[in-house]
Amino acid sequence: MNLVREALDGNRYAVARLISLVEDGDEASRSALTALYEHTGQAHLVGVTGPPGSGKSTLVNALTQTLRRQDVTVGIIAVDPTSPFTGGALLGDRVRMRDLAGDSGVFIRSMATRGSLGGLAQATNDVIKVLDAVGFDVILIETVGAGQSEVEIARTAHTTVVLEAPGMGDEVQALKAGLMEIADILVVNKADRPGAARTARALEMVINRNAPATKDGWAPPILQTVALDGSGVPELWNTVEEHREYLCTSGLLAKRERMRIETELLNILQRRLLERLVSRVGEERLEAWIERIVAREVDVYTATQALCETRSNGSVKG
Amino acid sequence: MTEQLRILIAKPGLDGHDRGAKVIARALRDAGMEVIYTGLRQTPEMIVEAALQEDVDAVGLSILSGAHMTLVPRVLEGLRQMGLNHVKVFVGGIIPAEDQTTLEEMGAAGIFGPGANTEAVSAFIREQLAER
Repeated sequence: MNLVREALDGNRYAVARLISLVEDGDEASRSALTALYEHTGQAHLVGVTGPPGSGKSTLVNALTQTLRRQDVTVGIIAVDPTSPFTGGALLGDRVRMRDLAGDSGVFIRSMATRGSLGGLAQATNDVIKVLDAVGFDVILIETVGAGQSEVEIARTAHTTVVLEAPGMGDEVQALKAGLMEIADILVVNKADRPGAARTARALEMVINRNAPATKDGWAPPILQTVALDGSGVPELWNTVEEHREYLCTSGLLAKRERMRIETELLNILQRRLLERLVSRVGEERLEAWIERIVAREVDVYTATQALCETRSNGSVKG
Repeated sequence: MTEQLRILIAKPGLDGHDRGAKVIARALRDAGMEVIYTGLRQTPEMIVEAALQEDVDAVGLSILSGAHMTLVPRVLEGLRQMGLNHVKVFVGGIIPAEDQTTLEEMGAAGIFGPGANTEAVSAFIREQLAER
């Protein structure tokens, strides 16, 4: 496939086109991903997440500058939400990344969440594969910062960095399940603001109780940064490298990779099987079942059982 | 099948008036497009690079500094050099009538002045992009 060849040869526009292709996720993207797959698996994937306004884009900008000084190439995927009402999106992460312009060792791609949750996770996975295959050493994935999609994306990343900023919530917020538990590294950004030490202490208390059980023996360190002037950012990168080292030596990298691939395979399989079943049953018959459930003639489980056993001619296996 | 339109909105040059750019960015978002907003003080090179990486269908430039006769041709030329001939360029701002004609001859796909109706702008862009 031509586009794949050109992208692997370093044509940046071909890379951009490929990303669009896999993001749309149609038939053509499958053959591209097939051709790319043997080139993937090289990059270190770092997820950056945290509440809106905690400074994710600015931190990605600063991290990338640190990496570029070490001659490490960086692919960036910046995700922002799609409006469920209009389908439109305002992708504004580039505003904070202007320092990275004009550097051929950096490739920034803004991505809208578009459709469903599972769909986003898969599209992100596939965009990562493109950037990985064409040779970026590190891929930074900046997520929306709110909700379940963060957890999905954390499953994809090797190292997940969770940002907090002072004054964005108290200890009780930090105790709530979810965001904190996906962190391999916690960062209190905007550490030059009052309350940073207190925020760090609050996180410390939560982490010490939760970490060992959930993170396979790795206790997530808590760092402080000022992304705007770069303070603490080289230290953050050192910690990411320590985490990577830990993943490798503990055998966790292989284990996580296997889990990730299992999840990906099952998700794709699930979607394909559903598509196949729906096309076998037919939209009309599906509608009829829904009507019957609405009318309380039959319950959802019985209907599911019948649908699963429907043959293409409409008869149900005896 | 409707393809998802992607538009880059940028402010080249040194004037700091980004209200118009933001209004347009929001209007296009509400019209169902994916808008990549790059913010203030972009050089033509930065804009072309972003258009390439983001694989956009169009670029919208907001210019209120009077430097449009320098900036717009440089963006158009940059896109051409990168092989992005298919990317349409729209300009918003205070552009005198005689300059409008010149810019259109150079390849700008549409020019909008103060008071332009945002719905008309998004409809125009959609129409222009449908012709491809």
